[in-house]
Amino acid sequence: MKTLQQCANERILIIDGAMGTMIQRYKLEEEDYRGERFKNYHTDVKGNNDLLCITQPQIIEAIHREYLEAGADIIETNTFSSTTIAQADYDMQSIARELNVEAAKIARRAADDYTARNPEKPRFVAGAIGPMNKPLSLSPDVNNPGYRSVTFDEVADAYYEQISGLVEGGAHILLIETIFDTLNSKAAIYAAKKYFREYNMELPIMISGTITDASGRTLSGQTLEAFYISVMHAHPFSIGLNCALGGEQMRPHILELAQIASCYTSCYPNAGLPNAFGEYDEEPADTAHIIEDFAREGFVNIVGGCCGTTPDHIRHIAEHVKTITPRPLPAVEKALA
Amino acid sequence: MNTEITIKPYLRLSGLEPLVVRPETNFINVGERTNVTGSKKFARLIREGLYEEALSVARQQVESGAQILDVNMDDALLDGEKAMTTFMNLLAAEPDISKIPIMIDSSKFSIIEAGLKCVQGKCVVNSISLKEGEEKFIEQARICQSYGAAVVVMAFDEHGQADNYQKRVDFSHRAYKILTEQVGYDPQDIIFDPNIFAVATGIEEHNNYAVDFIEATRKIKELMPLTKVSGGVSNISFSFRGNDVVREAMHSVFLFYAIQAGMDMGIVNAGMIQIYDEIDPVLRDLCEDVILNRNEDATEKLIAFAETVKAKGKVIEKDEKWRNGTVQERLSHALVNGITDYIEADTEEARQLYSRPLEVIEGPLMDGMNIVGDLFGSGKMFLPQVVKSARVMKKSVAVLTPFIEEEKLRMVELNGGVVKSAGKILLATVKGDVHDIGKNIVGVVLACNGYDIIDLGVMVPAEKILTAAREHKVDIIGLSGLITPSLDEMVHVARELKRQGFDIPLLIGGATTSRTHTAVKIAPEYENGVVHVLDASRSVTVTGSLLNKALKKNFLTGVQGEYVKLNDSFRNKKPVKQYLSIADTRKNKTKIDWEKFQPVKPAKLGLQVFEDYDLAEIAKYIDWQPFFIAWELHGKFPQILTDEVVGKEATKLYEDAKEQLGRLVKEKWLGCKAVIGLFPANSNGEDTVTVKMPDGTEVNLEFLRQQIKKAPGQPNFSLADFIAPASYGKEDYIGGFAVTTGIGIEKWLEKFEKEHDDYSSIMLKALADRLAEAFTELLHERVRKEFWGYANEEHLSNEDLIKEEYAGIRPAPGYPACPDHTEKWKMFDMLNATANTGIILTESLAMFPASSVSGWYMANPESKYFGLGKIEKDQVEDYAARKGWTVEETEKWLRPNLEYDI
Repeated sequence: MKTLQQCANERILIIDGAMGTMIQRYKLEEEDYRGERFKNYHTDVKGNNDLLCITQPQIIEAIHREYLEAGADIIETNTFSSTTIAQADYDMQSIARELNVEAAKIARRAADDYTARNPEKPRFVAGAIGPMNKPLSLSPDVNNPGYRSVTFDEVADAYYEQISGLVEGGAHILLIETIFDTLNSKAAIYAAKKYFREYNMELPIMISGTITDASGRTLSGQTLEAFYISVMHAHPFSIGLNCALGGEQMRPHILELAQIASCYTSCYPNAGLPNAFGEYDEEPADTAHIIEDFAREGFVNIVGGCCGTTPDHIRHIAEHVKTITPRPLPAVEKALA
Repeated sequence: MNTEITIKPYLRLSGLEPLVVRPETNFINVGERTNVTGSKKFARLIREGLYEEALSVARQQVESGAQILDVNMDDALLDGEKAMTTFMNLLAAEPDISKIPIMIDSSKFSIIEAGLKCVQGKCVVNSISLKEGEEKFIEQARICQSYGAAVVVMAFDEHGQADNYQKRVDFSHRAYKILTEQVGYDPQDIIFDPNIFAVATGIEEHNNYAVDFIEATRKIKELMPLTKVSGGVSNISFSFRGNDVVREAMHSVFLFYAIQAGMDMGIVNAGMIQIYDEIDPVLRDLCEDVILNRNEDATEKLIAFAETVKAKGKVIEKDEKWRNGTVQERLSHALVNGITDYIEADTEEARQLYSRPLEVIEGPLMDGMNIVGDLFGSGKMFLPQVVKSARVMKKSVAVLTPFIEEEKLRMVELNGGVVKSAGKILLATVKGDVHDIGKNIVGVVLACNGYDIIDLGVMVPAEKILTAAREHKVDIIGLSGLITPSLDEMVHVARELKRQGFDIPLLIGGATTSRTHTAVKIAPEYENGVVHVLDASRSVTVTGSLLNKALKKNFLTGVQGEYVKLNDSFRNKKPVKQYLSIADTRKNKTKIDWEKFQPVKPAKLGLQVFEDYDLAEIAKYIDWQPFFIAWELHGKFPQILTDEVVGKEATKLYEDAKEQLGRLVKEKWLGCKAVIGLFPANSNGEDTVTVKMPDGTEVNLEFLRQQIKKAPGQPNFSLADFIAPASYGKEDYIGGFAVTTGIGIEKWLEKFEKEHDDYSSIMLKALADRLAEAFTELLHERVRKEFWGYANEEHLSNEDLIKEEYAGIRPAPGYPACPDHTEKWKMFDMLNATANTGIILTESLAMFPASSVSGWYMANPESKYFGLGKIEKDQVEDYAARKGWTVEETEKWLRPNLEYDI
């Protein structure tokens, strides 16, 4: 089987689209989220999408399969919020690790099936590591700018546990994504490196930041280049952008990244900007068109979708970039000329 | 962009912005004043916990040109880890400082690690060394690496500090090999500090220290070209403490030579470097002798010179031009730039200028915050800056608060009575959202205006909001959110407010919220006032209006009206359209050849009443699709039963419905009644239809006409067009009907309610509605075929009936073709409908029981359904005259159709 690296050298890889958007289609209710196991749970859990890996695994697997069918080379585990810190919203810290193990297993089951059917196009599972709901660089209290609701060590420990679960479940890649506070992602990198060191192994790390608005900065205030410099020490397999913006708004940023990144670049935007109702309505063909332009310009190695994108979007994107040469890796000089 | 890209091995650092050290990059100043060991003032500020002022020291460093900020908290009297953490976290909130990379400076590694845990950018650790052996060195380097920091390596080994040229080079090279070969450090991330020591100390061995440093630098850069060389520059002039003129000159001269040798950066007081060319030539020569160790009495000569120089205190050159503006301009500048340094004095000055302290807030402070809001909105400012601005605001308000309080007390004394809060306002960022900047600003602003604020913070679930609202008896609830899912959560809160019977107004704010969303999604969920608040400045007037008994009703009515209109226009989303005058639209009415047309005379004119019609017969006419929509299952019937996603649920629901329907029919749960009437009628050729009643009286039915400019060949419809004009001398006809299938439903609903069986209760209501429609369909068919008989050849399946593939229409007053509900009064009179069917019209023209339908019958084959759309004032005036109403009354009834604002 070809390695991820070999595949990335040959063609533009496709990463899947939104999980949340797809889950919404099932119109699940509180009782569906609870399933049998949490039937009598003491707090509401509707909205805890990651929990579905345990209570409705067939739905999550079906969604993975839809994306694989659409042509995704990389699918993301349903673990965006599977850390003790994020799960505390539902008082479900204790099952955080289990969520990761199950999620990775489900994704592997689907991916392995597709790989077996067509070994020429191996499919990879990326363990999704979300940004958490508690930032390390911003104070939740305007009157006390030095205050932090969580410490670096707590965040790193939570990520460490998530990573150990993802690895146990069989993730091929760690994907630190939707980064709006770089310090949180640095804690995730710290945790990953620690895990790799302790277990004497290593997985490729994909890093994907989020430019939140017209300022062209992350929510924690960094410019794109400052962000990239801050996470370079992860020696990532890829660096990229996702969420918050549609492809059109991402263009200048992905262009910049393509110039400065010494690793592969990735881009999986939202399906446009949300309308007045927070819904994404960019059509698959339109998203694909924008991404195709990125591909032709040589900006990208890995493309896909974020909020509001569907298997249809991924199918269109995959179709559009199929024959386009991926961005060549830059030459990294070891000495001053 | 297929030209090949190369990535150069440059040192890359970052704060909020990148700092890339290229070969052509000039010497990099590392700001040194934020160092408790080097600055007495900074040490005192930190010890006394005056972090605000300590930040000003940092800011001054940046403003004087520091490109990296060195922070050191090594003081025996301090908890170094804690001080480092606190200061770093505070720095993160100061974008004009944290834009540059940080150098975490400590001789205690635990303090360094504490700092590393707070810095999002790629920082520099200053320093690690071989002082405690290779093992420790490697361990510390690994830790630095895992945080992604560059490192400064001091020229130490296990035996001590390198104090000559050779040791400086050797120690550095040894460290380099370990870092690159064993730890895996990138060479460009290694910065050597080959020890700058004081010269001109009077001790002879010290005289060559500067030369050794400079030469070692040259060698290090030759051996390890990707690495950088740094040093603490002010050490060099240590013996001239207190004489800044000499010190500055020494620094400049030292740097002049060290930079030539390859020194890349240095820890300097950025405000304390003299420009080399501007140094007094005498002094410069003396300094060069000392630095370069050019002659034996260099030190003595420099000391002698130093005596003669008066230490003229140099003014810190900070851009203070803005201080020359008016107090309003200064307040605005301070807010926009987040500067707290002068805010207290400026606020006080402003307070004396205005007659009331509150005016300072409402005037210059709000003006400044509006600028901040605009800049943020247009991407010219980003979040941390806004947070800072909010803090300046808060500080300014704190100055004013005592005066506001005092004023309040004075007012109380004047008026007698007790201090009363203007009102209690609960604020919360909704569940799932952490953004609360806007909310906090609103809280601050409202508190300034005398409201008690109960702030529940962020990620607050609906239940908690409602509980707190009840507990604190608040007057208003304000919700905030920035991310898009928060919009749904706000809708949820509004629903809960309604469900739990609240009656206080709800304010909606936050970046993703909009007037349109509020109007379309939130306002319809809660009747007791939902108001979108664009920004903090509007919050004051909005709450003021809401909490003033005299204003509240009008204000809310105004807002609600506006939202209804927004909602409406959103749903009929359309580009700007052109409208014709009512006279012109009448010229473009539906073209029907009345000369050729022969109206069919109904077989049975007058009224017919139907009682206890066979429910089983009615049930055959049910259109199931709306039934599923009522249950929020959207899709075509019967395909919905096999739909991939909802099919299972839909089938279950359908089975249950059929079961209940079966019992309902068999056990006659519902009574049904109907009345129809067919009458001779003619139009006046315009928009009025005159009906001849059996008793010889006449009733004028008034219709409205589409006023939008239509495509060529497309008429401007009015229902009156489908009735033959009297001028043709042919008698035409119109019918009316009122149908109900809801008689006796209450007792069943009550029964289900008692059994807490919502499902059956909703099911019954939905079925009764369907039956009313089905009964209407059935009667319409009989009207066409028998009672009027204009279509006795018609043979249509139920499916075709649903698709309305028959001739003639049955439009209902209040619906798109004839939106004026009040015509129902005439219809009910004509049909004697209340007596004949038991249907009652409420004051807002709703029919009770709810499962009732009424409308007109029109038989002309050209007749069709249409939407009236928007109408202009001229038609409203014309209609008012016809109805005998005032224009205001007319506008009230036709509000959703008005093209203009009232």
